Amino acid sequence: MTNMNLYSRGDKFFVIINMVLLALFTISALYPFIYIASLSMSTGFEARAGNVILTPVGFTLEAYKRVLSEPLFWSSYKNTFIYTIGGTLMSLAFIIPGAYALSRPQLYGRRFWNLMVAFTMWFNAGLIPFFLNMRDLGLLDSYFGIIIGFAVNGFNIILLRNFFEGIPQSFEEAARMDGANEFQVLWKVYVPLSKPAIATVALFCIVSRWNGFFWAMVLLQDEEKIPLQVYLRHVIVELSDDEEFANTLMTAAYSFETVSAAIIVCSIIPILLIYPFLQKYFNKGILLGGVKE
Amino acid sequence: MINEPQLHGSKTEELIVEAGEALRRRKPSRMVRIGDHVKREWQLYLMLLPTILWLLIFLYKPMYGLQIAFKDYSIFRGVAGSPWIGLEHFQTLFGNDQFLRAIKNTVIISFYSLIFGFPMPIILALMFNEVLHQTFKKTAQTIVYLPHFISSVIIAGIVITAFSPSAGIVNTVLEWFGGESIYFLTRPEWFRPIFVGTGIWQEAGFQSIVYLAAIAGVSPTLYESAVVDGASRWQMMWKITLPSILPTIIIMLIIRIGNMLEVSFEMIILLYQPATYETADVVNTFIYRQGIQGGQYDLAAAAGLFNAVVAFVLVMTANTISKRYSRTSLW
Repeated sequence: MTNMNLYSRGDKFFVIINMVLLALFTISALYPFIYIASLSMSTGFEARAGNVILTPVGFTLEAYKRVLSEPLFWSSYKNTFIYTIGGTLMSLAFIIPGAYALSRPQLYGRRFWNLMVAFTMWFNAGLIPFFLNMRDLGLLDSYFGIIIGFAVNGFNIILLRNFFEGIPQSFEEAARMDGANEFQVLWKVYVPLSKPAIATVALFCIVSRWNGFFWAMVLLQDEEKIPLQVYLRHVIVELSDDEEFANTLMTAAYSFETVSAAIIVCSIIPILLIYPFLQKYFNKGILLGGVKE
Repeated sequence: MINEPQLHGSKTEELIVEAGEALRRRKPSRMVRIGDHVKREWQLYLMLLPTILWLLIFLYKPMYGLQIAFKDYSIFRGVAGSPWIGLEHFQTLFGNDQFLRAIKNTVIISFYSLIFGFPMPIILALMFNEVLHQTFKKTAQTIVYLPHFISSVIIAGIVITAFSPSAGIVNTVLEWFGGESIYFLTRPEWFRPIFVGTGIWQEAGFQSIVYLAAIAGVSPTLYESAVVDGASRWQMMWKITLPSILPTIIIMLIIRIGNMLEVSFEMIILLYQPATYETADVVNTFIYRQGIQGGQYDLAAAAGLFNAVVAFVLVMTANTISKRYSRTSLW
């Protein structure tokens, strides 16, 4: 298979065409990011005139200065970190022990508990009852509400439970002999053996927390509590309709477009930093997640 | 206990122990047995408790709250206290042009996403499989997976910027070729192509992982004998790779059809505007506007219930079909 000499001329042609098409697709995936990055470093005038194609035109960092001088940008960035870190830790605190208990054969009513978890993946009450429930619980406009309200996810529990089930019983026997209780067995045997699966679940949580905007937009009214994505939406989606505002933001140095682009760049950077881990573990996760009840 | 081999003790002792066990096993009621079990294994139940409580409070309680779909809900009376009105909300909904339009749009957008979006990851995986240059392959994969991890707000921001009438790259290119600048996002006829295209651009690369894994599982001997027979790579792709991953393709297709109604409404909320509601408004965005923005909770909950029941039936049907087809169900 790997020996190029075995290929006929037709094959070589095929392989080259294939590479060219793939390269085109890859470029189309990458180009929008390059375009946005270049836009963010161009002058407002050039951006407005539609002169930015590939590289920055009239290089300037004024748009970044404008973005970074905005207090709301910083507070929403800080909030996103709170929601992401707090939410992920909260999720793991629920999911790890829960998945472990569900993986134990001696658990009474195991089928029922598992079904109770799985059912939430097939049926959910929908936006309105969930929203009213959060309101009735007094969790509107609260950091805690956002962190606790999305802590558990059936898919993640089942993914981790399946992984725990795949660990041979023999691993825990030594610990059992030493009289370890369930908590000790989980913490000292199962958690260390499941690091890749736990990392996968943690990364699922981190990405969905970092990127989540819909419920934060619905549940948080207080500007000081909104995360970055809600702030982003406010600036780049809502204000883009407002031509008048867009014009007031326009100076020679930056324009609405370059400021939007600069905010986009600032919010993508953390995802890019953890991207090597994401790629590694998501690859595994998507395959581990061939979920079985 | 009694089945375990005993290292110590005489035959008599064993018999006594066994008899005692048997008595103990017969005597206690079911409840007492469960009680004993829980007393012994309480730690496991303590570990399970938070998750179960969470599910009850945050996911099952809203299901109880769904009854407002059949009630004249008022905030002051609460879920239980509001009076029943039967199917009135459903009658209103099915007489409401906006709701009917939302159903139509949901079906059309899902259909387009399926037709154009489903083959893309398969094609990509087949193409990746034909690349021999490992560095090229790894780099290309790293790049095409990336958009999956970017938030919908940012993707929407990129779309809005790129399609902007004044500065956007799309209109710039259009003008190069002598076309006229179009304000794409206010034009109903452009909404679906832009939305479906964006979805494919964002997810096709990442979704190809599943097919690449399936391709990796194809037995190399098949290719070896094909090479001996003088098959070209093109023929091997069509005659070996594609048929070998057909079960995966079919399962993915079934899952996809099962999740038909799950149009990514977050993205629609970001991209649509009143001018494009005509082609863009789907059931979930309708629910969002009527319920959360408009405060008509009961009516919106009824629309949500309708959506959830149809989705549930679709998923269950998909699972049954997949069970029959592959004998390995989705769960």
